[in-house]
Amino acid sequence: MTSWQIWGMILVVPYLLVFALFVVYPVFYAFWLAHEPQSYVKLANDPIFVRSVVNTLVFLFVAINLKMAVALGLSGFFLNDRWWIKILAVIFILPWAVPSIPTILSVRFMLNPEWGLINQTIFRLTYEDGPNWLNNPTLGLFFAALVHIWKSLPFWTLILVSGRLAISADLYEAASVDGATTLQKFRFITWPSMQQLFMTCLILSTIWSLGDFNSVYLLTGGGPADLTHVLATLGIRYLRLAEVDLSMATIVFALPLILPLVYFMMKRLSK
Amino acid sequence: MTTTTMNRTNFMRAASKEAKLLLVGVPLLIWTLLPIYHLCLFAFSDKQSAFSGNLWPANPTLRNFEIVFGQKHYFLSHFWQQLWNSVFIAGMTGLLTLVVATFAAFAISRLKVRGGRTVLNMALFTYFIPAAFLAVPMYRTMGLYGLLNSQWSLILAMMTIASPYAIWVLKQASDKLPVELDEAAIMDGATAMQLFRLVYLPLMVPSLVAVGTYAILLAWNEYLYAFLLLSKDTSLTLPVALGNFMAADDSPWELLMTTGLIYALPPAAVYYVFRRYMVSGLTAGAVKS
Repeated sequence: MTSWQIWGMILVVPYLLVFALFVVYPVFYAFWLAHEPQSYVKLANDPIFVRSVVNTLVFLFVAINLKMAVALGLSGFFLNDRWWIKILAVIFILPWAVPSIPTILSVRFMLNPEWGLINQTIFRLTYEDGPNWLNNPTLGLFFAALVHIWKSLPFWTLILVSGRLAISADLYEAASVDGATTLQKFRFITWPSMQQLFMTCLILSTIWSLGDFNSVYLLTGGGPADLTHVLATLGIRYLRLAEVDLSMATIVFALPLILPLVYFMMKRLSK
Repeated sequence: MTTTTMNRTNFMRAASKEAKLLLVGVPLLIWTLLPIYHLCLFAFSDKQSAFSGNLWPANPTLRNFEIVFGQKHYFLSHFWQQLWNSVFIAGMTGLLTLVVATFAAFAISRLKVRGGRTVLNMALFTYFIPAAFLAVPMYRTMGLYGLLNSQWSLILAMMTIASPYAIWVLKQASDKLPVELDEAAIMDGATAMQLFRLVYLPLMVPSLVAVGTYAILLAWNEYLYAFLLLSKDTSLTLPVALGNFMAADDSPWELLMTTGLIYALPPAAVYYVFRRYMVSGLTAGAVKS
């Protein structure tokens, strides 16, 4: 063995230690704590768990579709060459650049039924009290999805802008000469070139949305009556209730949802 | 068609195009800025004005900043300590991540250590598992290691989360360095560590800056792990302190927003300074199709 190989092994040891101590061990420990079939029976019988699974699916469906569709549209908007769109592009990054806690709390107070900006404005305009936004589980979850979209839209738009920039301008010019409409240009030039990138974005965005703890926890806290929890926040709820086995069982339950997506991403990246 | 009518049609077409763009741009601007504006609005208003739903501060004031910086509210009695905790934890996370990730990337990419591909795949796998699902197992494990309530538990946890992406980006960057460098080093009889110190590190500086920034921001922004792993008031980071504000019914929201604004400024500034690195790094690393 050469001295370079020996040095190579020494230098990967720190990461292997980190990986063993803080990834492998916790994961096995979690599986061990959740090994009793009893835990899963208890989990399945908890109405909050069932509700959380449904919420997660609704959250994913709304958040991802809305976000990616808008990002795709906006990526076209940002290609327009205007001085004010350049400035807007710089401002547009802000939600991604600032930490989520202050802005989520800001939205939370905006939605406050008595003192929030929104209901005060509604009252000023109509002399009627606005709805108690976050006290309604459906609205609460919807606003959590909106907060999630607000935060992550800039990132996905930027990625799709870079995808659009890679398409040759000649194609569009040729299409214009042939008298193609904007919709036809999108259908036959933009979409085929972006399809692959868009799919990757969709998968990665699904993984990240599944793991979004802050948007739900800091906006609704899982309430009212624990009806807006998603899988990412449910583990913490069980931890608070001192039901560690249920907390771990939730994670073990979520893994089959995540692993195929992770597998897909890893295949994409190792190409 | 005469020239004037043609000009007019062209003008009308251009105007309608502009109108359409504005129809997207203006709502987008409002959507983007509303929560941030609301945050600033509270920070510069007194409680009375903030809670009455004014769209702009009735009497703009710096009083809230005075209270926060002077720690003149019991929610804020450890403000400077908590700000320091955030700085310390972010800084240590950045440093440790850089050390661990640079060593690993160098060994995998330049020294071609056997099994390097597997190590890289393990790192990638960790990167794609959402951190929220590792939080509770990590919390329990930190308890077993006896690290709970120590800031090192958070630093180690954040390093665990930051290093996979760091290794990936650094490995991509070091693959691009010319092979001739290594060959010349071997010819000159350089040891692996000499190559690392004298050739590799100086060439990698831009990537190291980008990765260090990434790790620092990740740790600075973290809420979930910080709130699980730390509990003493004097060892909390700012985001956890912000979250604790809400526990009370009579939360001083104007002070909460002020503290939040102060806390949000450094990452926003860093982001704009390193924008080019961050965006291209993320695009190359995260979504390479």
